[in-house]
Amino acid sequence: MKLFLKDVVQSYGGLRALDGLDLAVEDTSCLALIGPSGGGKSTTLRLLSGLEAPTSGSIVINGQEIGDDTDRRRRFRKQVGIVFQAYNLFPHLTALANVALPLEKVHGYSTTDAILKSESLFERFQLEDHMMKKPAELSGGQNQRVAIARAIAPDPDIVFLDEPTSALDPEMTAEVLDAIYGLIEGEKRIVIATHQMGFAQRAADTVALIAEGKLVETGPSKQVIETPNTPRAQKFLEACLDR
Amino acid sequence: MSFNSLFLEPRKGNTAKNKSVRKAVSFLVAILTLSIVLFASFATLSYQWNWEAAFRYRLKFLDGWFTTLKISSVSFIFAFVIGSLSTLCSKSRFLPLKYLSLLYVELIRGTPLLVQIFLFYYVIADAANVQNRYVVGVAIMAIFSGAYISEILRAGIESVGRSQLLSAKSIGFTEYQTFRYVIAPQALRSSLPALAGQTANLIKDSSLLSIIAISEFTLNAQEVNAITYSSFESFFPLAIGYLIITLPIMRLSRYIEERLRYDT
Ligand SMILES: Nc1ncnc2c1ncn2[C@@H]1O[C@H](COP(=O)(O)OP(=O)(O)O)[C@@H](O)[C@H]1O
Ligand SMILES: [Mg+2]
Repeated sequence: MKLFLKDVVQSYGGLRALDGLDLAVEDTSCLALIGPSGGGKSTTLRLLSGLEAPTSGSIVINGQEIGDDTDRRRRFRKQVGIVFQAYNLFPHLTALANVALPLEKVHGYSTTDAILKSESLFERFQLEDHMMKKPAELSGGQNQRVAIARAIAPDPDIVFLDEPTSALDPEMTAEVLDAIYGLIEGEKRIVIATHQMGFAQRAADTVALIAEGKLVETGPSKQVIETPNTPRAQKFLEACLDR
Repeated sequence: MSFNSLFLEPRKGNTAKNKSVRKAVSFLVAILTLSIVLFASFATLSYQWNWEAAFRYRLKFLDGWFTTLKISSVSFIFAFVIGSLSTLCSKSRFLPLKYLSLLYVELIRGTPLLVQIFLFYYVIADAANVQNRYVVGVAIMAIFSGAYISEILRAGIESVGRSQLLSAKSIGFTEYQTFRYVIAPQALRSSLPALAGQTANLIKDSSLLSIIAISEFTLNAQEVNAITYSSFESFFPLAIGYLIITLPIMRLSRYIEERLRYDT
């Protein structure tokens, strides 16, 4: 996958969440966004996935300019999958319906096909026993795997994940990370914001460190995480090691 | 058996055995207290009760009760339609509609139903040349209750979280699909208890229609009082008749609330 961000600014009121972010990534199958909290990772993901339009600057993904037009961004969102930190499943629907509904309503599957496809994903993520439960009846790890199933069900080109394990305890984190490794093995293209440097180094081929709304450093994951070049990156990664 | 083990609700986590006994005994005590108070207040009146006379007019009570039930049901359906439309208007980006809805809700909620009944009956219905007073009654109750339902639904819509809207956006839903599959079902669910309460209110409030001579439950009861030269007898069946409708509605609302706790 190819990502290209040029001088991207995103303001919320007076606050510049992104303050001239430049990032060019080529031939990457998994990109990890790392950096301090409040640095702009989530905002970057919302822009890359077409959830929001930038205040200014340009964003091109695989040759496609995301742009300002609402309809165009919605069409783009149909081609990608998005997973949030807090799962954001629909509480009034069963887990199965959460996955099947977008297939049927957005991607034109028949009801039967949508359910069949969803069921096969529940099997893949070992969630067969939980298809008919509501999100409130599932653990955080199970909910996050349902959310991942929902994101990949329409076979998207790219899956964006925003700190998918930050709300989970270690055991659940492991089961969700396994699911994400599974996506990578299945040749899905992934952009993931994460605080877990070990995971970023193992899973991602490219890492981008974002802080204070700007790109600090980018490069092969091993190099950026083990031997960062800039003082800002060194400071952040040292702080990570301390924890 | 100590006082505590008979009347105090066991603390959370404490698995007391005689739970149902406690409930039954305490409920009886509550009813008994209430009865004594009522009985004592009537005893001081030294009033000659005449239940046979009231009983002779039981069909009139029944008739009125059914009329109230019918007027309320039809009114509720229209109130729900009006309320939903008003909520949609209040969310519209077309400002005249938005202000129309705002005015409607504020004017209705800010004035007494009694005033609205008079105004509507003697001015508007008269000008529009509506003859059937039952039609007028249903229209008044629907317009009145619709304003409250509009507020209930609006609050329901606003209770749908931002993260839900983002989620709907992320899977590619259009604005309409977001409303249809995410906002509306969630808003309706969180509004159900308040809607049940509003239904009970509508039924009780419809008693005011008696002042424009609609033969509903309350008017019929008043007439029985007048015919039988009695003062109180008809009010007891009247209260009980309303409770027969409102108590189940309020139980239902509690039940729904319990059931839906899981969903949000
Ligand atoms: N929708 C929003 N409205 C206002 N401020 C926001 C919004 N989203 C993010 N921010 C602000 O932008 C900055 C960057 O946030 P974010 O992208 O969430 O960082 P990260 O994901 O790296 O923690 C923060 O200061 C945050 O408070
Ligand atoms: Mg974030």
